[in-house]
Amino acid sequence: MTDSAFSVERAGALTTVQDLGRTGHAHLGVPRSGALDQPAHRLANRLVGNADDAATLETTLTGCAVRPRRAATVAVTGAPCAVSVDGRPAAWGAPVRVPAGALLELGAATHGVRSYLAFDGGVAADPVLGSRATDVLSGLGPAPLADGAVLALGRAGGAPPAVDVVPHRGVPRELVLPVVLGPRDDWFTAAGLRTLATGGFRVSAASNRIGLRTEGPALERAREGELPSEGMALGAIQVPPDGRPVLFLADHPTTGGYPVVGVVPERWLAAAAQAVPGTGVRFTPLGRVFRGRTAPAASPERAGRG
Amino acid sequence: MTLRSLPVGDHGLLVELGSGDEAEALHAELLRRAADGRLPAVREIVPAARTVLLDGLADPGGLAAELPGWEIAPLARGDGATVEVPVRYDGPDLAEVARLWGVTPEEAVRVHSGTEFRVAFCGFAPGFGYLTGLPERFAVPRRATPRTRVPVGSVALAGPYTGVYPRASPGGWQLIGTTDTVLWDAAREPAALLSPGTRVRFVPLDGSSNAVEGPTAREGSRT
Repeated sequence: MTDSAFSVERAGALTTVQDLGRTGHAHLGVPRSGALDQPAHRLANRLVGNADDAATLETTLTGCAVRPRRAATVAVTGAPCAVSVDGRPAAWGAPVRVPAGALLELGAATHGVRSYLAFDGGVAADPVLGSRATDVLSGLGPAPLADGAVLALGRAGGAPPAVDVVPHRGVPRELVLPVVLGPRDDWFTAAGLRTLATGGFRVSAASNRIGLRTEGPALERAREGELPSEGMALGAIQVPPDGRPVLFLADHPTTGGYPVVGVVPERWLAAAAQAVPGTGVRFTPLGRVFRGRTAPAASPERAGRG
Repeated sequence: MTLRSLPVGDHGLLVELGSGDEAEALHAELLRRAADGRLPAVREIVPAARTVLLDGLADPGGLAAELPGWEIAPLARGDGATVEVPVRYDGPDLAEVARLWGVTPEEAVRVHSGTEFRVAFCGFAPGFGYLTGLPERFAVPRRATPRTRVPVGSVALAGPYTGVYPRASPGGWQLIGTTDTVLWDAAREPAALLSPGTRVRFVPLDGSSNAVEGPTAREGSRT
């Protein structure tokens, strides 16, 4: 009998199972998790005829090697890397047929950080709260891949691929991130906010799936201390006491006590997920979505009697 | 009730209130409106110490404009399911907590187990609830040096809150006891024993420093 599974020959630095994540549980302390580069994850699935929510593998910088036990159609997207089947070069960003028992290798990322490997049928790890994503903060979902591990694959035979080949998006030399100021920009001085807008930040090597840490100037605070714990959104730029902004990614904690100076809209986070340590980061503050500070209707101080 | 709406990205809203009770009351109102279909579609509603975060709104500014006109019923402490958590009050920081409270460890146990708690909000880890109910004078600081490993099931205090560690992790809270109750089981429905609004009582087990249950703790007396 042929297993619908694959074995892990080389796990790489950090390779995890990812999908669209588990939303709707933040009030229980459960991070959203899911692929950091969602467009790349979705594209890999489309290339092999999967639904968007099928689980893929997310590699980190050094790729991985796996051996499917059944014939599989696979696709690699995200960070460009060398792809080979039994040592023979194969296409990146296109469907690739891998015979049962062949060795599929993803080399180190030539640029970017995270490559996505989709199998037709998807990775069939047990879902937790509706998602197969590995959450490195809370430990939910399947363990990160380890050499010698065997993971199940779903049943192949979905819709035929909707795309044959995709252009490479390119990875910019500088990460430019628009920021919606707030909710706690008033915890920073005008000079601190200028530093955010003009400072030369770099991606720190301490970045991970929880957050993109920066090196660079410290944001000057207008007030000391910590906030009572409050809800944290994906894309929040939290500023710990050292003043260096941390951009929250998919595995971020759901509550926190350090002030959030602004929030990067979700559509820009895929680029953040692909920025290698040392990449320059520029934050470009946008106007407000609506007027904060006071409730917009009259008499905010007595609003909502209760 | 004072209420301040702050922007969170282009699809979020952080509503700040004057107190934890007000935040819980607004959270309850949001859940009532969501259940009745009177709340715009939203991905997450995250209550916390003095705020409620709404994320994934199509029009956060519209909701922010609407909020001040809402009638929000005050928090009814008696509402919600009650969970009993059996505890061995054998934590390494029980004596220190009793000292901070100015009572004996036995009395600290009586105060804690005689209190009705309520999950104000969750965070830190899946299934970790921040429980309120202790009077303000019983607030305690975090430990100056956090422990690198707090065992699963530790019952702990920090600030005005009581919490139970759903799994082993680093932590800076004062440990007063241990429970075998499983706080989080991803295979269980619901996975989290405690969710915002749940009422909680801690029941002392035999072998605790004093298993006598009594409604009146003689606070302030010393041996």
